[in-house]
Amino acid sequence: MPKQMSVVAGTEMMSTSRPEIRNPPSLEEIRVVEKPRSLFDKLYGEDFVRKGLILIALAIIWEVYGRWLNNELLFPTFSATMVAFVKAVASGVLPARAWSSIKVLLMGYAAGIMLASLLTGLAIASRIGRDFLETMTSMFNPLPAIALLPLALIWFGLGNGSLIFVLVHSVTWAIALNTHAGFLSVSKTLKMVGRNYGLSGPSFVLKILIPAAFPSILTGLKIGWAFAWRTLIAAELVFGVSSGSGGLGWYIFENKNMLDIPSVFAGLLTVILIGLIVENVIFRMIEQRTIHRWGVQS
Amino acid sequence: MNSDELLLDVSGVTLQYKTTSHVVTATYRVSFQMLKSDRFVLLGPSGCGKSTLQKAVGGYIPPTEGEMRLKGRLITKPGPDRMMVFQEFDQLLPWKTVRQNVAFALEAAKRMPKREAADRAAHYVEMVGLSKFADSYPHMLSGGMKQRVAIARGMAMEPDILLMDEPFAALDALTRRKMQDELLGLWDKTRFTVMFVTHSIAEAIKIGNRILLLSPHPGTVRAELNSATSPEDIMHLEREIHEMLFAETPAEAAHA
Repeated sequence: MPKQMSVVAGTEMMSTSRPEIRNPPSLEEIRVVEKPRSLFDKLYGEDFVRKGLILIALAIIWEVYGRWLNNELLFPTFSATMVAFVKAVASGVLPARAWSSIKVLLMGYAAGIMLASLLTGLAIASRIGRDFLETMTSMFNPLPAIALLPLALIWFGLGNGSLIFVLVHSVTWAIALNTHAGFLSVSKTLKMVGRNYGLSGPSFVLKILIPAAFPSILTGLKIGWAFAWRTLIAAELVFGVSSGSGGLGWYIFENKNMLDIPSVFAGLLTVILIGLIVENVIFRMIEQRTIHRWGVQS
Repeated sequence: MNSDELLLDVSGVTLQYKTTSHVVTATYRVSFQMLKSDRFVLLGPSGCGKSTLQKAVGGYIPPTEGEMRLKGRLITKPGPDRMMVFQEFDQLLPWKTVRQNVAFALEAAKRMPKREAADRAAHYVEMVGLSKFADSYPHMLSGGMKQRVAIARGMAMEPDILLMDEPFAALDALTRRKMQDELLGLWDKTRFTVMFVTHSIAEAIKIGNRILLLSPHPGTVRAELNSATSPEDIMHLEREIHEMLFAETPAEAAHA
């Protein structure tokens, strides 16, 4: 009996000890609560600061290892490479070589993009076009572009024609494959919305499919760029171009022959720098203006 | 309430779609008529082909039998005279802001000059109460706001019929109720014609002035009713619809 009493008393106490709260609707405007971030926090939040730190750390490791090895013929130090780099840039040799590489690269890249758009356009328009694209990509995508170089030399001779041919081959399939996959994965609802607007044919592709598939297309463009760059340097290493006007690959090859290893490293460094700039400046800018802003990056 | 003007005439429409092994009949010889300014609700359990029927009116699926005429013209393909509002939140173009989403529809479909499209878009964005968010991208909006944009886009086109396929089904209960009230408010202002698909009896009675009740497998017309407004009539109608939907399957009625 006393036990029961205490239970009842307990519940009573529970209900009385928890008053209900009713606030009137707040009339004053609620201010945003902010806390300023510290300078370190702000800097560390920037992508390029963190990546810059990584680069500096790598350069220090390189320098330390180079000094410890103390063999300029095998592995020059970072500082020796920088000296060679600055000298080559100042003399205008390296910029000229880099420019002649980039020129060929851009031509090949642009031609590859055009061919890829044509193929994916056909693939979207008809079933046979799609089968054609799928067959072609499965045949040629695994084929290294460099393997075509001997043939290209016979067909187009010792010049930019051969280089552009292998570049187009290395770029086209990566871009076409990604663009096509992007088109296929565009949501059914968005496609129906586009058709609801009465869009069809090229305007449907241009105004609905391409923006909707843009994340995949951009991935394709990035992969295509990397493939093109690699293929070009490798191709130049193999045969250079007609004497004197070769690109970066030829610059590396020449300096290796003269056992000027710091200059070889400077050439490699240029290849890396251009890659970093394209990836972190150009592609990043495109990403920020498109897929980041739209909230669609995968 | 209605001007009694015949807008959409659906007569004997059979819809079929193919799976890899079968041909499935979604609706069988469905007929109904929609008048101008109707709030016409297609109601039925899942599998009754109500969404398929609406897609056919939208022009996405050709009927295997029968025909659909909008203002006397045969429906053959999708077009901006029948704007769809989908259930999915991804129906807005993610690369355009709220304002651009509404304006782009006008530019693309009606070939309206940019200025005029922008003005009209601003008007309709304001009408659904999203002026503050006009320059936001869809991924920054909540589900209810996205559906409001989709409705604004549909209404801005001033189509003959606004086709809404369970537009509030993916929303939470509170937002859904608010959106239903807003839709009725918008209808009071502009008296647009809307075809609304739902599987909720309460929503059908609230939204519609005319309800087409479909029974499943394949979808056939079970009844075509006028909606109710007074509380007793609503209760009455709700019970009647409930009985009609579950009459054939007493086992399920017992569960419900």
